[in-house]
Amino acid sequence: MTKGWTAVYLREMIILKRRLAKLIPAWSVSPLLYLIAFGYAVGRHVNVGGHSYLEFLLPGLAAMASMTQAFAIAGEINIARFYWHIFDEFQAAPISNLAYVLGEVLAGMTRALLGGGVILILGALFGVVLSYNALFLTAFLLNSFVFASLAVGLAMHVKSHADQTLLNNFIITPMAFLGGTFFPLSQLPVWGQRVLEVLPLTHATKAIRASALVEPVYAGDYLILAGAGCVCFIFAIISVNQARS
Amino acid sequence: MIEVKDLTKQFGDRTALAGVSFTVGPGTIFGYLGPNGAGKTTTIRILTGLTRLDKGTVLLNGYDIGKDPLKCKAQFGLVPQHTNLDAELTVEENLLIHGLLHHMPKPDIARRTEELLDYIEMNDRRKVLVKTLSGGMKRRLLIGRALLHAPGILFLDEPTVGLDPAIRRRIWGLVRKIQSSGTTIFLTTHYIEEAEFLADRVAFLDTGRIVAEDSPAALMAGIGEWAVDFLDDNRLQTAYFRSRDEAREYVVSRMDGLTVRRVNLEDAFISLTGRKIL
Repeated sequence: MTKGWTAVYLREMIILKRRLAKLIPAWSVSPLLYLIAFGYAVGRHVNVGGHSYLEFLLPGLAAMASMTQAFAIAGEINIARFYWHIFDEFQAAPISNLAYVLGEVLAGMTRALLGGGVILILGALFGVVLSYNALFLTAFLLNSFVFASLAVGLAMHVKSHADQTLLNNFIITPMAFLGGTFFPLSQLPVWGQRVLEVLPLTHATKAIRASALVEPVYAGDYLILAGAGCVCFIFAIISVNQARS
Repeated sequence: MIEVKDLTKQFGDRTALAGVSFTVGPGTIFGYLGPNGAGKTTTIRILTGLTRLDKGTVLLNGYDIGKDPLKCKAQFGLVPQHTNLDAELTVEENLLIHGLLHHMPKPDIARRTEELLDYIEMNDRRKVLVKTLSGGMKRRLLIGRALLHAPGILFLDEPTVGLDPAIRRRIWGLVRKIQSSGTTIFLTTHYIEEAEFLADRVAFLDTGRIVAEDSPAALMAGIGEWAVDFLDDNRLQTAYFRSRDEAREYVVSRMDGLTVRRVNLEDAFISLTGRKIL
């Protein structure tokens, strides 16, 4: 059922490799600005739960990168669909929709790993090196799984590249700012915290931050991410199936 | 072999295909001829599993596209109307990805790549990014890519559209060469001379229906052998004749501004549908 996913994945990786020299500096700009503006300048004397603001911010930025870079696979898919018409080549090949989705999701997760790596290197340049353990990596990968799957599904529903920008504006940007990247959600009223717990990024940020700061992690965050990932993955398969007609 | 029965497709309230049936025998070039919007591309998209059919059956080498789509897709290669090569990949990488999509082992992909790059005369371009290729080269690469997994059936959707006459002739030569290896070819086109030159059998498609199907010679013979074009009330009209003498007599009986020529497939299409292909 998954036979052929390597072709989909390899295609994305060849393109990624070809563009990497341009992408890495591009991926560094926003996190660098956040680290300088919020972490270094504004948060220099701020302490959050016994940690410097830079130590608090860095795992949040890593969680955000795993979301944005994984979700960026939607843009790649739509360039392939609308500009190069390559989606038809996949659809006319003897591979299942599951294989196609798997290849694209893994490509999104690879992008996320690279984007996250850039954040951790930038953090190290600012003198912040946290504990990048198995729990950290698991939460990071689960979060990228959620957003890569969501990206593949939504990419099948957009009708143009402009629609893709709208998705970023309405889904990714609000989540980036409200998912606990920049401030502890405990500072919000209880009802606000409950609302934001609906967002997968909130759980990813909590899990990634707790593991990086070697604090107790909450298994529920991992389960919610895994569950959301499975739901989004199934949504992606259904969406690819519908896209054929 | 391609067997299509009662193929029907509706887009909203527009009927794209209304009960199309035909059979393409092994090793045949089947020309599917019709004006823009007749349903040619819809047919090819259904036959290749890119669009779902509403009603009917499609069997490719005995496999049903509705029931066994993956086995069906392993039977054919597709050259689409619009180039769908990966512009950001090299010629060789495009072939590699296609081979992997068709579950070919890497050594087989390497061997077939060598053979096909020779076949389409693009060996010197293997490391070049596709976006730098000319239109004619992209077409040749599309054909090469479609043949990589050695399919028994090749779908060519308007394979020479937008190409200059010299390159078109070169592609025709390539198509003939492919047929000689026993490949069944389904060709959609609205170029009359392309269908006349290449097709063993031709089906005329008009507003989602096949109005005639036969060999090009038989379709043309049905209306005569010679045609006389003339202006009548500033509109170009054509009269058909069985012999050149009959055509000549007709020319003599009229004033001037007449052209005598051989009947072509477009004449056959017009006499059946009252419409032009182009």
